[in-house]
Amino acid sequence: TNREATTINIEDEDVKRQTKAPGFVHDAEDEYSGHSDDREELLSGQRKSAPFWTFEYYQKFFDIETHHVRERILGSLLPWPRKNFIQFYLRRNPDLYGPFWICTTLVFAVFISGNISNFMAGKYNPQFRKVTIAATMIFSYAWFVPLGLWGFLLWRNNKILNLVSYSFMEVVCVYGYSLSAYIPAVVLCIAPLEWLRWCIMVAAFGLSGSILVMTFWPALREDHPKVAMAMVSAIVLLDVVLAVVCKMYFFSRPGAPVAPPTSGLIKTNTSSS
Amino acid sequence: MAAEEEASRPFAGLSDVSISEDIPVEGDISVPVGPSRTDEEFSTLDEPVKETILRDLRAVGNKFIHVLYPRRSSALLRDWDLWGPLLLCVTLALLLQDGTADSDHEGGPQFAEVFVIVWFGSIIITLNSKLLGGTLSFFQSLCVLGYCILPLTVAMVVCRIVLFGASGTIGFVVRLVVVTASFGWSTFASTAFLSDSQPANRRALVVYPVFLFYFVIGWMVLTFSPSTERQP
Repeated sequence: TNREATTINIEDEDVKRQTKAPGFVHDAEDEYSGHSDDREELLSGQRKSAPFWTFEYYQKFFDIETHHVRERILGSLLPWPRKNFIQFYLRRNPDLYGPFWICTTLVFAVFISGNISNFMAGKYNPQFRKVTIAATMIFSYAWFVPLGLWGFLLWRNNKILNLVSYSFMEVVCVYGYSLSAYIPAVVLCIAPLEWLRWCIMVAAFGLSGSILVMTFWPALREDHPKVAMAMVSAIVLLDVVLAVVCKMYFFSRPGAPVAPPTSGLIKTNTSSS
Repeated sequence: MAAEEEASRPFAGLSDVSISEDIPVEGDISVPVGPSRTDEEFSTLDEPVKETILRDLRAVGNKFIHVLYPRRSSALLRDWDLWGPLLLCVTLALLLQDGTADSDHEGGPQFAEVFVIVWFGSIIITLNSKLLGGTLSFFQSLCVLGYCILPLTVAMVVCRIVLFGASGTIGFVVRLVVVTASFGWSTFASTAFLSDSQPANRRALVVYPVFLFYFVIGWMVLTFSPSTERQP
């Protein structure tokens, strides 16, 4: 049909390359050229599938170097319309390192920043159990939402011919890296001004949301317009929910009537007078 | 034809080799058996209990010294043990208790939370470095990470002492300096052992989780606040 013809014209170079026969190694993978031949074969698309309960299965998701991680994080902090995250940065090599450690860092960043902001507001109550709650929230977002989205895309791909298809690991990877915008935001939320905190969170949500939308739009736009809009709204909405819940649960409203900060410091009943 | 026959029987030409009489052949075929001392080394059932315990304690103490003065040595790696990490973890977790059971001052981490963070964190970091292609074994890595908590445990002791004495801002600044220094020390010591086993292009990927791990432990040490006794 005509739609398919125009789709092929508009698609990126990378998509055409992805649909070529496996074994074709394109230019950007020259960076792997130092490795042996069968590694190149593995990297170009035909992975030998080790069963998922073995160590080797997971090792292929850690097949990255420092500069890759750095580029991917920068790419998720600075979304660019032409650079689809999966096609440009992941290049068929999704990793689990980034998503996992970004989520862990975010958990502790949220917890520690929340503690500091509470401390500066005078209410010093560390509540270590908040770490567990933060971890559950953030890891659920980073794993179950991609699972749902990937399942949905798979289901729709059966009905609609779609040239763009993402593997589960790629979806998890995008979601993981999109959370990296929240880490500096959460640290900056230590500032005791309520309006500033909301501005910062909105900015972070803008960055992470735009990464997600720009990545998944090529996969969704083939679909029925209502379905596509509904999915985009769902992606955006879940991101908003995460941002708002983090902000409200961990950063209480400053200005509650409390004693001045110095008395919030550690007091012992044996302090010398 | 003859050559082919020769070739088909590779050792045929050796059948008429003989050793001449004037070249003495001598030697000792017996396998050198170690002295019975090796038996004594492995059988430690007969030694007094005090000696057994002291030997392990000495090994642990030796590794503590290696952590405090990180040098390129393989003592931590070759003879790994998990007694030291266990001792340090229990000490740290006990020191982080503030002894209150009442629920409205739910302050710092519970004993189990400290334990889980230390051990689970070490296991995850070890898995991470192995997945990235590290050459250290699982337990060696656990051993290194556990032993390098020593500076932070010392900092915890110092913080507790400081909290008895000074209070207010000065005490806080002192504690901040002590905890920061010991966090840096821990991270430096453990990366000195761990980073050698990684290829250069992934070193930062392995070091960062270690940094995060000790940062979180340092945070727990720094924010420790003993409960105030309720005034009547």
